Amino acid sequence: MKSTLKLALGLASAALASTAVSNAAHAEDLTLCWAAWDPANALVELSKDFTKETGIGMKFEFVPWTNYADRFLNELNSHGKLCDLIIGDSQWIGGAAENGHYVKLNDFFDKEKISMDDFVPATVVGYSEWPKNTPNYWALPAMGDVVGWTYRKDWFSRPELQKEFKEKYGWDLAPPTTFDQLRQIAEFFQKRQIDGKTVYGASIYTERGSEGITMGAMDVLYSYGFQYENPKKPYEMDGFVNSEKSVKGLEFYKALYDCCTPPGASNSYMGEGVDAFKSGQVAMHMNFAFTWPGLQKDENVGGDKIGYFANPKGPDGDQFAQLGGQGISVVSYSDKQESALKYIKWFANKDVQAKWWSLGGYSCLNSVVKDPKFPSSQPYAQAFLDSMAIVKDFWAEPSYAPLLQASQKRFHDYVVAGQGSAKDALDGLVKDWTQIFQDDGKM
Amino acid sequence: MLNRTADNAARATPEPLARKIRGISDKGLAWLFISPTILLLLAINIFPLFWAIYLSFTNYRANRPNEVVKNLGLSNYRRILGDQDIWIAMQTTAHFVFWTILLQTVIGFTLAWLIDRKFRGHAFWTTIILVPMMLSPAVVGNFWRFLYEPQIGLFAYAISFLTGIAPTNVQMLSNVELAPWAIIIVDTWMWTPYVMLICLAGLRSIPEYIYEAAEVDRASNWRQFWSITLPMALPFIMLAVLFRGIENFKMFDMVNLLTGGGPGSTTEVASITLKRQAFESWRTGYSSAFAIVLFVAVFGLANIYVKALNKVKQR
Repeated sequence: MKSTLKLALGLASAALASTAVSNAAHAEDLTLCWAAWDPANALVELSKDFTKETGIGMKFEFVPWTNYADRFLNELNSHGKLCDLIIGDSQWIGGAAENGHYVKLNDFFDKEKISMDDFVPATVVGYSEWPKNTPNYWALPAMGDVVGWTYRKDWFSRPELQKEFKEKYGWDLAPPTTFDQLRQIAEFFQKRQIDGKTVYGASIYTERGSEGITMGAMDVLYSYGFQYENPKKPYEMDGFVNSEKSVKGLEFYKALYDCCTPPGASNSYMGEGVDAFKSGQVAMHMNFAFTWPGLQKDENVGGDKIGYFANPKGPDGDQFAQLGGQGISVVSYSDKQESALKYIKWFANKDVQAKWWSLGGYSCLNSVVKDPKFPSSQPYAQAFLDSMAIVKDFWAEPSYAPLLQASQKRFHDYVVAGQGSAKDALDGLVKDWTQIFQDDGKM
Repeated sequence: MLNRTADNAARATPEPLARKIRGISDKGLAWLFISPTILLLLAINIFPLFWAIYLSFTNYRANRPNEVVKNLGLSNYRRILGDQDIWIAMQTTAHFVFWTILLQTVIGFTLAWLIDRKFRGHAFWTTIILVPMMLSPAVVGNFWRFLYEPQIGLFAYAISFLTGIAPTNVQMLSNVELAPWAIIIVDTWMWTPYVMLICLAGLRSIPEYIYEAAEVDRASNWRQFWSITLPMALPFIMLAVLFRGIENFKMFDMVNLLTGGGPGSTTEVASITLKRQAFESWRTGYSSAFAIVLFVAVFGLANIYVKALNKVKQR
């Protein structure tokens, strides 16, 4: 009886002890917040190594892109403790820094000898710095991303199509190097019968609700000469946002939408673009580079059938691309900042970054992307490198949300709904943005 | 049996508590019972309303909690009343409310009148007609989006079959002219049964003897409809119009799911504009002022309408 009692007590103690240990472990679990997309799955895989090394468990809160900003900006604004680490969009950096949502990482970087010189410069400016171009760091560049293009290599290489194209346009059917060429290719494929199916020229961003049409239109406007402000006088936008060159760029985007997109593509963003390309509807497809690993693996359109190219040049030879991607930050309301910083330190490691790229994430570390083997490491690696070299980003001001909403409305009203002219749209945009900066006391 | 239970309960009640309860008047007891509801109402309805009124006079932004909140006086209201986009959104809302109510009332009343004939299997058909109303707006919005899809949607193919227009040219959600009608069609499809149900209740409440008297007076069916059916069902029809009017004035889910306010701002009703200002642009003060303007408009119109409804009922 005594031994049975002892056994029972022993078991009970062991159970209590294991519960305590498990609770202690859970208390150390970190929650990382990000968007629900392919790279997030790669990060889950990658983070298993962190747990192995440190014993710190990782939990993930992934939200679909359509709700990503709403969900996590609400979380940050309400000083919520859900996220210990957050991979926030590049445009959030100004607001997150000024409102104290992110922990400033300068001292930590100095202590751990993490140098921002080791990362691709555009990603440091885009994802980490606020104010821009100053050494104030609020995030570690985590996921490089940029708008680029995929095309149907198999269609482009068909002799009969090549012949017909050459006869019609006088140059070889190949990935375009200028936007004029891109439009010619798109026109050529629009409503063409290929393998018994009607196909279309290109899938471009036209989404109204979040940021789609702005990302797409800006991707073209930059190379046409659009500038956000007078480089010599901040916030002076008249003559820059609505310059003649910008007007031409926006007119081009509308013309591309009108002539060469699939029917009903009036609200397309990343997901719709991928669907259009995967289902064999379009010859070319504008999208962020994060979609490329998934498309490369696709049975129907991937492998040898797909090719990639960076944003083409504008009429004056300028070539820019819309920056995407995000940095990883420690949330200042987290009770586990020390562990979260451990994760950042681990993530900055060269080997971890190399594995990140191999799993489908886009590393921003120079040692990874400047490795001589990098361009041949994946079929899309060269296009990614070319694109990352020409990036520009949208405003990252604390007022980025109203600035974005204004451009969404102006661009959609003109490009998709056909209301007014490109000049009206851009003049209106200057008016809206001026009002927003005036409200902020910046003008 | 009941008395015995009550006696037992009274005996089981501890003496001090019984004495306390005995000291409360009926009115006091009534207040005691309704006070939780009143407190809840104050907390979730009245306080937010007054808070929104306060915020509407400020430059407060919910995404910048650390910023100093400035009093702007009537500036937000002035800006709203002078904002062309707001007026366009109000016009879009009015267009949407007018056509949905008109169609739902006409079709709903017609269906109710037909169902009221009590033909064979009328109960079955009533249930079938009610099905759309029982679905979640999220489901309805999503599947109509697929139905409207120009490349794979059945709607486009049906129109193509009837008119000969290529299905890919039937772009209900992308075309500026068609998009508002696409939403009106879905709302009418979903909510006509609701109007039908209310009208049916009205028709069933008309006493049979009135029709019998009309028959004796040799009144034609047409005469009976205009002199008995319509006037006596009118308060019910007006009630249905009131409910649908209020609902559609603040319509959000269907528009958001089908078009998101697009193409451009063609279907951007007031509630979508309000959501964009409040939760995308984070202009909390401004959007509070807009919400108050909308509230006053709906409240004012509903009051006028209810007075008209009462007059009709008194006739």
